[in-house]
Amino acid sequence: MKKLWKGNEAIAEAAVAAGCRYFFGYPITPQNEIPEYMSWRLYEVGGAFIQAESEVSAINMVYGAAAAGARAMTSSSSPGVSLKQEGISYIAAAELPCVIVNMMRSGPGLGGIQASQGDYFQATKGGGHGDYHCIVYAPSTVQEFVDIMYNAFDVADEYRNPVMIIGDGMLGQMMEPAEIPPMKDVTKMYEKYHKDEWATCGHSDGKARIINSLRIEPDENEEFTLRLYKKYEEIAKKETKVEEYRMDDAEYVFVAYGSVARICKAAIVELREQGIKAGLIRPITLYPYPSATIEKAARRDSVKKFVTVEMSMGQMVEDVRLAVNGLKPVEFYGRCGGNVMMPADLVKYIKEGK
Amino acid sequence: MKIIADKPKLLTETPMHYCPGCTHGIVHRLIAEVLEELGKADNAIGIAPVGCAVYAYRYFNCDMIEAAHGRAPAISSAVRRVVNPDNLIFCYQGDGDCASIGMAETVHACMRGENITVIFINNGIYGMTGGQMAPTTMPGVKATTCIYGRDPKKYGNPVHLSEMLATLTGPAYIERVACYDVPHVKKAKAALKKAFEIQMQKKGLSFIEVLASCPTNFHMTPIEAMDFVKTQAEPFYPLGVFKDITKEEANS
Amino acid sequence: MNKIIISGFGGQGVLSLGKFISYSAIEQNLNTSWLPSYGPEMRGGTANCSVIYSHEDIAAPVIDHPDILIVFNEPSLDKFENSVKAGGTIIINSDIVHKKTTRKDVKFFEIPVDTLAAEINKRGANVYMLGVLLPLFGDISEECAIHAVEHVFESKPKVIPSNIECLKAGIEYMKKLLK
Repeated sequence: MKKLWKGNEAIAEAAVAAGCRYFFGYPITPQNEIPEYMSWRLYEVGGAFIQAESEVSAINMVYGAAAAGARAMTSSSSPGVSLKQEGISYIAAAELPCVIVNMMRSGPGLGGIQASQGDYFQATKGGGHGDYHCIVYAPSTVQEFVDIMYNAFDVADEYRNPVMIIGDGMLGQMMEPAEIPPMKDVTKMYEKYHKDEWATCGHSDGKARIINSLRIEPDENEEFTLRLYKKYEEIAKKETKVEEYRMDDAEYVFVAYGSVARICKAAIVELREQGIKAGLIRPITLYPYPSATIEKAARRDSVKKFVTVEMSMGQMVEDVRLAVNGLKPVEFYGRCGGNVMMPADLVKYIKEGK
Repeated sequence: MKIIADKPKLLTETPMHYCPGCTHGIVHRLIAEVLEELGKADNAIGIAPVGCAVYAYRYFNCDMIEAAHGRAPAISSAVRRVVNPDNLIFCYQGDGDCASIGMAETVHACMRGENITVIFINNGIYGMTGGQMAPTTMPGVKATTCIYGRDPKKYGNPVHLSEMLATLTGPAYIERVACYDVPHVKKAKAALKKAFEIQMQKKGLSFIEVLASCPTNFHMTPIEAMDFVKTQAEPFYPLGVFKDITKEEANS
Repeated sequence: MNKIIISGFGGQGVLSLGKFISYSAIEQNLNTSWLPSYGPEMRGGTANCSVIYSHEDIAAPVIDHPDILIVFNEPSLDKFENSVKAGGTIIINSDIVHKKTTRKDVKFFEIPVDTLAAEINKRGANVYMLGVLLPLFGDISEECAIHAVEHVFESKPKVIPSNIECLKAGIEYMKKLLK
């Protein structure tokens, strides 16, 4: 049964349903409903919550709980996620599964608290130090946030890799009808993903497990990094997700993710009512990036140009340009500072070319 | 042939990389002996630091987690909530780790009264990175980032971490020990045992500060370095128990 | 489909009126979205929310041109009146707003909703306004709105009857105006 859920609370409940039992976080707008919800909810299902002393501690608590074999997560908003980057790099390098939510607000610096997509580079290109990637999802509705969260821990466990889900203040604060799927059995997850082989939860079988990211010999570290990148190749093959909206005959192709993709959809409906054939490619995974879908569209004769729309000064547009590879023009339309474009702005842009 | 002294089983066969005269090896052995004597060696969980003891995970034959610099208390706080309450958890940390970059984690784990044991190795210097000033470097002592000696006006003052943490409600037991001679090694072992017993009784966080030597970065022989701890460090960082809730309980 | 902006001071129940609409829409089996403004001020500042309900999937939760604007203070009228769709509706709480719209191409209602509600329940102005809206909407039933009120006040069952009374009074009030 669909219920009206606030984005942040739906995400929290979906995580609980997915088997998340540990949450570590620090207050920051606009995601506070997630820790607030977890602070009481996790104790109802035998889990635990810590309001950490800092974002740095929170992500390291996630590292600890994940190392011990649990499903653990943290959430924050942009400045807080910057602070977590050290820990995320360690988690990726120690190959620990976990989920990190970033409800993006506008930067740089303290910036503002309104919705933004300024953390695309940080989320998809590493964020912390060294060669690594998170698997990055960008849902665009509360229901999709729920569904992605529900599977995120499975994906994280499957590849032993951190998963990041990025939304923005708009998605976190808004209410929409959503349905939370049934509770997963946490103990089965522990067995299913063979955590007994590696989790440092205090074994008494005489075999010590070690969770570590120190590989001080260059050869050892290179071998590890190459293996990590083999894993990313497999993730790209199996986990890339993208939505194509009214693309069959589209001449003007918007590329947008998250809440901005919804604004594009509204603009497309309006443009088509006026006889202009517009469509949308909406990456659902930002890493791995659905470059192949974009390239295929670029090869179609019907497609005249791409317009990447972002609440930033243009970050994802670089990946669109790489995918299009000069086959068609790629333009950019953006708002920043916490401002949101309206469907009418995009209609005007397509009609007037500005 | 009769074996009269053996290596604790909790220590692996891996040869330790520590310099001659360094205190880390002694403390590693004491932890291993104590955990075995308490019958808790097989399912303990250790958190290794960044610093000279970064390889601690190679030396302890139990589940080990290598932490980012200073983050061991945060990591162990989470592990504590996941694993069986009977698994003993210890953080092994140096002075840069525990009292500088990880000060917030240390203080807040103490404030929460986490049921863990923190072993804090205070040698007053950054060993692994080559002898830079530590948060515990004493006034007048030279380091590579205070080459004329620590002048508090320029470089700030050192911290007495045990005394500071003892002002908090959360910790159950705090003691400072040294390892520069046999009687003190024995006292250090007793302190570690008490610390782990307190964890076994689920009374909260126990914190053992060990005054340690670093002959390489003190530019001393091992014997001179031990003597430095005895004659210079100990007067500045007095040994003793700074907090013991088992005593407080007995008195109340 | 209706796109509604509700705006006023924080603490006037602007956000909760929006929630009442969304809860009613969901009871009616419609799609809906509720998007609040949010800011550092908890009380006393301005607050608004954008509410959409529709038989179709809702694309953008943001509203550039509302069908209906409901204002609870004068700054909100200044801020939003020009954005209302031609042929749309502006409703003011005339207990607080003593200005008229300058727009000639919209329907304009001045409703002393605080005074009207106070006869039944001093804290019932929002639910009264929900009642006022139902005849305008035409596609959300009284029954669904009652369910929404019951749902929102689930933990305070004592206040449900007087709020339902407010709702019904609001419906009757608007029906008379529309005649």
